[in-house]
Amino acid sequence: MKVTVDEDKCCGAGQCVLIAPEVFDQRDEDGVVQLLAPEPAAEQHDAVHEAAAVCPAGAIEVTGG
Amino acid sequence: MNQSEQAVRYPLPYDTALEPPADWRRLRQQCPMASVELPSGDRATLLTRHEHIKELLSDGRFVRPTAEDGAARVAPDGAGGAAATGRSAFRVPDRGEEHQRWRRLVGRSFTAKRMTALRPKMTAIVDSLVDEMVERGRPADLKSSVGFPLPVFVICDVLGVPAADRDRFSHWSDAFLSVTRFSEDEVRTAHDEFAAYMSAHIAAKRAEPADDILSLLIEESEGEGQGLTDEMLMATGMGLLVAGHETTANMIGKMVSMLLADRTRWERLVADPSLVRTAVEEALRFDANSGFGLRRYLGEDAEIGGEVLPAGTTVVCSMPAANRDEAVFDDAEEMDLSRSPNPHLTFGAGPHSCLGQALARTELQVTLEVLVRRLPGLRLAVPPEELQRVEGLLVGGLREVPVTW
Repeated sequence: MKVTVDEDKCCGAGQCVLIAPEVFDQRDEDGVVQLLAPEPAAEQHDAVHEAAAVCPAGAIEVTGG
Repeated sequence: MNQSEQAVRYPLPYDTALEPPADWRRLRQQCPMASVELPSGDRATLLTRHEHIKELLSDGRFVRPTAEDGAARVAPDGAGGAAATGRSAFRVPDRGEEHQRWRRLVGRSFTAKRMTALRPKMTAIVDSLVDEMVERGRPADLKSSVGFPLPVFVICDVLGVPAADRDRFSHWSDAFLSVTRFSEDEVRTAHDEFAAYMSAHIAAKRAEPADDILSLLIEESEGEGQGLTDEMLMATGMGLLVAGHETTANMIGKMVSMLLADRTRWERLVADPSLVRTAVEEALRFDANSGFGLRRYLGEDAEIGGEVLPAGTTVVCSMPAANRDEAVFDDAEEMDLSRSPNPHLTFGAGPHSCLGQALARTELQVTLEVLVRRLPGLRLAVPPEELQRVEGLLVGGLREVPVTW
């Protein structure tokens, strides 16, 4: 699985961090998404798919996995 | 859509407080861009499909109408609070890079991590509110006992304003969100008092900064011209106080009511509290009574779902109708506490998606965790059909949530 995020689109909702905290974080200075694990481990895949599906800004892309 | 078509009166009538209007399904299927007549008598276009609403809200060109747009008015006879009329001296930048800059300055105080850090404090507040409710005895109104005080305590803490002033905030907030509840004069008086209060509060924070969001924003403004103007600070403070106040307070009451209306839902949660997170999302999706809906003014033509909505149109997005869209949600009319993923639109979508959503989610989750732990025998003290809706405001809620245990 490969994950990419679009920082410009990100609206800082924080859903990804609440759902998959080992893969996503938010920068302290502006709340914008930070990708911690661009190729997350298999046990994270469900959570990453969920985070991508519910991101209100459509800022998370997932390929594979 | 055709101008000669009979316009549907909006908001649509509700038979009961928790059930959606019967017309949503018909509109979604047959007339997903319906001509509606608002309480003002002005016409707007009502969107009810998930795909259409998501597409429109994600388009940064279109924002909430301001008084100057000449958009369809919500409230009759010049009434309506600032949130309905767009008439306020205090604004935040509403589009483009300026908006994004504002959003990120404020949004950094509402990140998921910061909200998670507030959990122990929130849990202690809810525990003590439940203690007090239990001490006063059964039956009780869950809305005034828990639903209202928690978000008020929390947002007052975030803004650094005294929670002791909460009765005044509550009135100002109602007036700000009024559609038909207050007269034009009452709204104006409340807005002036609210502005004077916030102005004095900002001056006090400037003189004596503390650990709160306004102090942080003031400090930023005194930097190298990157911060907010005084008008923006005012609009931010007023907006956060209103937004952090009514919406979550009402949602706590509605969430618990929906879970208790069919008590097998509550029992499932008591048996498995690990469902709290998805149960909160499902309550947000399933809430049929979330308020007026988000408005967008089309300053230029917009193509939505392959149709062109002409410039000058005022659009009303019914997120709760979209949240029941069978094209997106299996068994959309069922409340499924383990639904995942749950891409409901209750917080909007796109660049204006609710800034405080991590705060709201955390408050809802904590409330549910504490109630399930402390009062597993909780039940409604009246039949669900007897619950009464709040009327005349942009936000939806229940007047009271009578419970026993």
